[in-house]
Amino acid sequence: MAELDTSGGGKKGGGKVRSKKASTRVDLTAMVDLAFLLITFFILTTTLQKPKAMDLTMPDKQKPEDKQVELEVAESRTMTILIGKDNKVEWYIGQPAKPIAGPTVDNFGKNGLRKTLLEKSADVKKTQGKEMIVIIKPSSKSTYENVVSVMDELNIVGNTIRAIQDISPDEVGLLQRDGLY
Amino acid sequence: MPRAKVKRKSTAIDMTAMCDVAFLLLTFFILSAKPKTQDPITAIVPAAASEVALPETDFAAIIVGQGKVFFNIEGQDLRMETLKAMGEKYGITFTPQEVVAFSNTESFGVPIQQLKGLLAVPVADRSNVKQIGIPVDTTDNNELFHWVRETRKADIALHNAVLTVAIKGDSKEEYPKIADIIKTLQKQEVNKFSLITSLRKVQK
Repeated sequence: MAELDTSGGGKKGGGKVRSKKASTRVDLTAMVDLAFLLITFFILTTTLQKPKAMDLTMPDKQKPEDKQVELEVAESRTMTILIGKDNKVEWYIGQPAKPIAGPTVDNFGKNGLRKTLLEKSADVKKTQGKEMIVIIKPSSKSTYENVVSVMDELNIVGNTIRAIQDISPDEVGLLQRDGLY
Repeated sequence: MPRAKVKRKSTAIDMTAMCDVAFLLLTFFILSAKPKTQDPITAIVPAAASEVALPETDFAAIIVGQGKVFFNIEGQDLRMETLKAMGEKYGITFTPQEVVAFSNTESFGVPIQQLKGLLAVPVADRSNVKQIGIPVDTTDNNELFHWVRETRKADIALHNAVLTVAIKGDSKEEYPKIADIIKTLQKQEVNKFSLITSLRKVQK
């Protein structure tokens, strides 16, 4: 395959005496070795897994000149998730002073927050026919990972109505009471 | 009866096809390789099940780790334009050498007054330079605000495209620092941005 046809033009006998041509076959072993070495190097150094992104949309800030728009939202379909320290969350439905359900301390993971979210959103859907609204309130003791995890759980559960808000002193008190702050 | 002799075959293998394949793969990997850039700080991003890929162009990332903020602009032309605009804003004149040095800097984290000092250091020795991070305050001294703003302006001027801003935060970073950055972005009405995550399989 890798050699050229070096035989003469098919003349038999007679004619000039030709010097015998050396074979043009090249030993490719070393070249292949080198090529595979380089392939290995590039495979190991390239980052195949590109970073992924999670889109986050924050509500537009109200300007002072705009009219204050107060949106009336049924408190019975609003769940608030407070993020405390040590990878723990606390959730309640309704208002912090007189919650309809909770406040309950919960963990991350499929038996913790996700189970709660699935149950409660199904409840709200059944009783009110609308999707549950989730408000995430990270305390100053929470880590960035926790916030992303909560957002991720909401994505997995399929919740689309959510917001990140600043925590209020009342809610910090709630976290303190349960030892999460 | 003549004994049937097993004909010995030559042990030389034809390597042409293997060589072809090897070089084809090599070419592919060389062309697809993007040199891995070393961030000045290591930020271990949190895992999430989101599978949206990040854009490759018109993109800027804010890297947060160990309480420090770094800024990363994608694309050399964009970096040059941004530096010029920032120089005008803060009354600093950058020499052409410094502009070129900045266009080769992937990410940086120094206040703008110290940027000249950082650019004087060759890229190979940057890891030895202590970078204190870009100031992010709620007061007027919010340099990150201006960096993002000038980058967005430059992106519209150069490519007529909307800049995607992403936050690459370390998992263990405390939330208030992230909240500061989100507030900085919201102040210039960037209400939609990306959080960089690594992929995680959903446990069912």
